[in-house]
Amino acid sequence: MTQTIVTGVIGADTHIVGNRILSMALEDAGYRVVSLGALTPAADFIRAAIETAADAILVSSLYGQGELDCRGFRDLCIEAGLDDILLYVGGNLVVGKQPWNDVEQRFLDMGFDRAFPPGTRVETALAALAEDLAGREAKREPS
Amino acid sequence: MTVALLIDFGSTWTKLRAVDIDSGALLGTAQGPSTVKTDINVGLDAALSTLARAMNGLPDFAVRLASSSAAGGLRMVTVGLVRELTAEAARQAALGAGAKIVGAFAYRLTAADVAKIDALAPDIILLTGGTDGGNAEVIVHNARALTRATSRCPVVVAGNREATDTIVSLLSDAGWPVIAAANVLPALDVLDIEPARAAIRDVFMDRIVKAKGIDRAGANVDRVLMPTPAAVLEGAQLLADGVSGREGLGALVVVDPGGATTDVHSIGSGEPSTPGVIRYGLAEPRAKRTVEGDLGMRHNAAAIVDAIGLDALAERAAMSAADASAALARFQDVEAVPQSDTEVRLDEALVRAAIDTAVARHAGTLETVYTAQGPVQMQRGKDLSDVGWLIGTGGAVVHARDPARVLRVACADPHKPYELRPRAPRIALDADYLLYAAGLLAQVNPQAAFDCARSHLRVVDSNADDERSR
Repeated sequence: MTQTIVTGVIGADTHIVGNRILSMALEDAGYRVVSLGALTPAADFIRAAIETAADAILVSSLYGQGELDCRGFRDLCIEAGLDDILLYVGGNLVVGKQPWNDVEQRFLDMGFDRAFPPGTRVETALAALAEDLAGREAKREPS
Repeated sequence: MTVALLIDFGSTWTKLRAVDIDSGALLGTAQGPSTVKTDINVGLDAALSTLARAMNGLPDFAVRLASSSAAGGLRMVTVGLVRELTAEAARQAALGAGAKIVGAFAYRLTAADVAKIDALAPDIILLTGGTDGGNAEVIVHNARALTRATSRCPVVVAGNREATDTIVSLLSDAGWPVIAAANVLPALDVLDIEPARAAIRDVFMDRIVKAKGIDRAGANVDRVLMPTPAAVLEGAQLLADGVSGREGLGALVVVDPGGATTDVHSIGSGEPSTPGVIRYGLAEPRAKRTVEGDLGMRHNAAAIVDAIGLDALAERAAMSAADASAALARFQDVEAVPQSDTEVRLDEALVRAAIDTAVARHAGTLETVYTAQGPVQMQRGKDLSDVGWLIGTGGAVVHARDPARVLRVACADPHKPYELRPRAPRIALDADYLLYAAGLLAQVNPQAAFDCARSHLRVVDSNADDERSR
């Protein structure tokens, strides 16, 4: 079955280009992409994921406020019944030069399954996604 | 000459329009009381004999079509998944079909919700949920929940197509009449309410008309086609879009303040009129109808007073608060026609307040978001700024002393730039109450229907630019 991925740029962030490239790459890879575009509030990612029965949400943030915008994102998902959904975040997630390991850990603690630093290649994200989705599928199978 | 009889079975009046099917010429108008609660034919016969007097005898009508808002109108319950998405799309479809929404539900229906639906006893339920290929579980859950209701009514299913077969068999096994239609929200950014609207209209024609006793007029009526608000929306769409050989008026807004509710119809894409504005939220229907159930000249006058305050209302009507109270007391009689000068002025203040609020709710809004790259404007709903025509229909506007002044409250206010209302429309009246008739006649002869509605539009005010260029 075709898997559905929700993409968008969170918060008051208008940087759409990278997100669009990612969405196109996802479509080429055979996913059904629900692209929410720039300036997307956290709640809209959740609403879209519920209605489309999405398998993953890929959040972009390029303007340094990502940490603020993404706070509580996993909790919102759980509240909406999306306990099991795959959550990725990527981009310029914080302001200033901070060690990536610290930043990554912060977002993993927030409940994201993966966080990607600036300059990540599309192929890297696609490979991770394929691996994680296959992992979920395998986990579900025995039941 | 072939003549069409176009009937509106209203909640207070039975209205008739006789129109030449070939030329669209209006040949006669008449009205009688609404008698649907006893025998619909009593009011219709009274109206027909008035029409006969006006036309020196009744012609042999080639076609007799009717719309109806009598017997409570088309009472609908809508069910969707996410409140802002399929549940809202369902509401848009029901309103566009001319329904009165008596209950709107989102997410999983609970036992209490089902009991509530039982108590509401709607005429039709519209069941939606999930985009195509999206969530199927909740709409199936909701169909199963409905099987536990005690009452039965037609259900139009317009959700995730993958769930439709399951739902149709679930509900029909439980004794519900089910009609399947295409998904109201096939993808998150595609609103497709037309198939659901058509299905609702079919159910209305085939079943509801009979259930409400409107079919007893069978000897005098060939077909009751649709609820009256749907006929008005059809008429508005006809005027805006035109037909082959007739250029339409383009984007327009129709306001219809009534005794119990105020309807607003807009035809147009509603795309941002200024470049750089980002559109936001659910896609909007090109032909959109909203109903303000709390804004009515008579049944809901108290709600209007609550909304803007007695003092403000009295000030707008240029009278003392005591005079305003006295006049309001007389309007408790819902059929009251304003008599004294005070009452006329208060009535106008009420209708202006209702139109002002209803159009503000119908029109889209702009919100400025401050981003690291500077301020960005986001639009929710439809931008009506460049709408070319604003049309008033219904007695409260048409019989006002200064209809142009009443309708002008619908226009953009420079102090509220975030409300995307019409900036400089030409203002006109549907003076002979022909929009519904045009909507009905369009099913037989669209050209004649267009000519009929267009030629009877009475322009009461044109914008400043037009005046300069004339």
